[in-house]
Amino acid sequence: MITTAMDNPDTHSGVSNAKLGVWLFLCSEIMLFATLFTSYIVLRTGASSWPWGWDALNVPLGTLNTAILISSSVTIVMAYARAYDKDVKGFRLWMGLTLLLSFAFLVVKGFEYHGEFAKGIWPSTSLFYACYFTLTGLHGIHILGGIVVNSSLLYMSFKKEHWDNPLFLGRVEGAGLYWHFVDIVWIFLFPALYLL
Amino acid sequence: MSGDSNGHGAHEPSFWRKYVFSVDHKVIGLQYMMTAMSFLMVGFALMLLMRWQLAWPGAPIPFFGRLFPPDLAPNGVMSGEFYNSLGAMHGTIMVFLGVVPLAVGAYGNYLLPLQIGAPDMAFPRLNMASYWLFLGGGLLMLSSFMMPGGAAQSGWTSYPPLSIINPGQTVWLFSMVLIITSSLLGSINFLVTAMNMRAPGMSLWRLPVFCWAQMVTSVLLLLAFPPLEAAAFLQVMDRVFHTSFYMPKGLVVLGHVSTVSGGGQPLLWEHLFWFLAHPEVYVLVLPPMGIVAEIIANNTRKPLHGYKTIVVSMISIGVMSFLVWAHHMFISGMSPALSNFFLVTTMIISVPSVAILTCLIFSLKGGSIRFTTPMLYALAFLPLFGIGGLTGLPLGLTVTDIYLHDTYYVIGHFHFVVVTGSILALLGGTYHWFPKWFGRKMNDTLGKVHFWGSVVCMIGVFGPMFPMGLAGASRRLYDPTAQVHNLIVQPLNVVSTVFAYGLFLFQLPFIWNFFHSMFRGEKTEENPWHATTLEWACPSPPPHGNFDKTPRVHRGPYEYSAPGRKTDYWMQTDPA
Repeated sequence: MITTAMDNPDTHSGVSNAKLGVWLFLCSEIMLFATLFTSYIVLRTGASSWPWGWDALNVPLGTLNTAILISSSVTIVMAYARAYDKDVKGFRLWMGLTLLLSFAFLVVKGFEYHGEFAKGIWPSTSLFYACYFTLTGLHGIHILGGIVVNSSLLYMSFKKEHWDNPLFLGRVEGAGLYWHFVDIVWIFLFPALYLL
Repeated sequence: MSGDSNGHGAHEPSFWRKYVFSVDHKVIGLQYMMTAMSFLMVGFALMLLMRWQLAWPGAPIPFFGRLFPPDLAPNGVMSGEFYNSLGAMHGTIMVFLGVVPLAVGAYGNYLLPLQIGAPDMAFPRLNMASYWLFLGGGLLMLSSFMMPGGAAQSGWTSYPPLSIINPGQTVWLFSMVLIITSSLLGSINFLVTAMNMRAPGMSLWRLPVFCWAQMVTSVLLLLAFPPLEAAAFLQVMDRVFHTSFYMPKGLVVLGHVSTVSGGGQPLLWEHLFWFLAHPEVYVLVLPPMGIVAEIIANNTRKPLHGYKTIVVSMISIGVMSFLVWAHHMFISGMSPALSNFFLVTTMIISVPSVAILTCLIFSLKGGSIRFTTPMLYALAFLPLFGIGGLTGLPLGLTVTDIYLHDTYYVIGHFHFVVVTGSILALLGGTYHWFPKWFGRKMNDTLGKVHFWGSVVCMIGVFGPMFPMGLAGASRRLYDPTAQVHNLIVQPLNVVSTVFAYGLFLFQLPFIWNFFHSMFRGEKTEENPWHATTLEWACPSPPPHGNFDKTPRVHRGPYEYSAPGRKTDYWMQTDPA
């Protein structure tokens, strides 16, 4: 057994633990939503009748929510850029805006649900509404999760010790990755449910 | 990275921090081990009750029968609903709360960081969260026996529409969500640890086979469990909010047409369930294979035959396992064209499994084998797992599966894989790594009694199931004698039951041996088996933070009997 130059190869992936962890988590999330989308396709193609989304759902509110979510993706990137430059105030501003937009999304969603409940429409009404409430509901839970993460980062930004911690920027980046993912899910959900 | 904030410091943590809410991967590993072994015993106990009913249908259960509430077991005779609950919970507990947490949570947690030379997992607090989620899910699952409506009754596979009509299923679903979340966090942790935390010099091709097995397993858990989580979510919706994802239109239940809106597909659940549950089979099998590889290399005192073949086979099993799921569903009514596809992929996936087994058998060739207690388990694994694997082939072929499907043959097949395969290897691993965990050896005589007793009894329990299944005895029958064609094989049910009670008795020496040796066993030094891998290069038991200083790795994992050296083992950390 001869010792060679291979004796000390670089054994690290070059990606930080937190970032790799977030990416792996997103892989599992992709599988989760891919399963739901697949089930949606299977159920829809197997159904004898299926309503058109724009007849059954509130498309203007859905469009508004799409705009809100896309804007929030921009603001969280700005927040990350401000954190990268150690601009405390800028970070708080953009992260605060992101949170505001996420709450706005949930409020709009609430109005949408309320409109349906008022018409006597529930998840049990038909398979279409079952898919609609389940998929958007699960997406809403993911938005809530993002709000928890983002607001804790905003809270942390008020303490100097976190700005001195090299991990903080990584956490902001991780939160950004997650938020983009939630956004992308909506980009698929919106046409699948409302438009097609 | 996040390890720095978790106090690998010098100060002595409190009792609670050290043993209960610990973030140390070794303590968490042992917590997983104790919990998973307890769940294995619980799952086994449920089966012992069922075996009584199967051997002597309608006879009151001796001693314990009167302890159950009269609605479960009137006059000590098990009711049909109770039998169904026991069956569903036996499967669920054994797979999700017993074998997987033992193979991955316990062995993986304890050994993976040690074998790659890391001070701990990448995310120690997440690791602790995984354990507590698992425990919470497990206890919730057990508590469902005491809840109104009782425990789930629809088998561990929970096929709708039965699972949506039967009581008890909602608790099952919620505990599964907790268990799945725990697995997901664990698998992320394992992968990041294996990718990022390896000691200098530990390239991927120097990882022990066990680490590779854990990595492939983690990928399977990471990608296969979310579909079940989604599927469980849809089932929760069906049960709680009366949607009809899995409910067809016009279903008649107990003479009444179901009122749900309908239009859903029961078959969808089967697809989603088996998309998880087939990779899950390899989650049950790969880590034990890794354990067997470690034990065999150590006790044959020669390098593993075909290390790279084994690793590549494991990876191809991992990839292929996502493409075989519907071979569980040949008679479900899905398209025959699909059946052909899954028949072919199933035949293909058996190739890497056979390659691994062949490499392990060839590793024995020309070795001076030490017949230590763990080695006995590893050696028994080879033929018995082989039987389990080969009896699976007729089930993977559509023609033979039409006859064998849902008979005792299927039960015999997968119990040979999981019990005489996985559990045997996991028990062997206990004897092998016990000196590392507690700094003491387990008693060899008791170990051999446990080994021979267990192996004979396991074959006695599951062997008779093959002829029973071939004779056409269906699985999941509450009273096998209710069907006339089963009467001829009913004596085999008695044989199986007697051996099951024997198997229970032969676990007693193991339990005593385990706890007695923990405190009174023969003391050992840090490398009692003269092994080569990194976990034997630190004290037994390893202190918090594992290694005094970061180890440097200089060679592959199995350098045994290298020519020109005084000792017959060359540790990965030895500079020369």
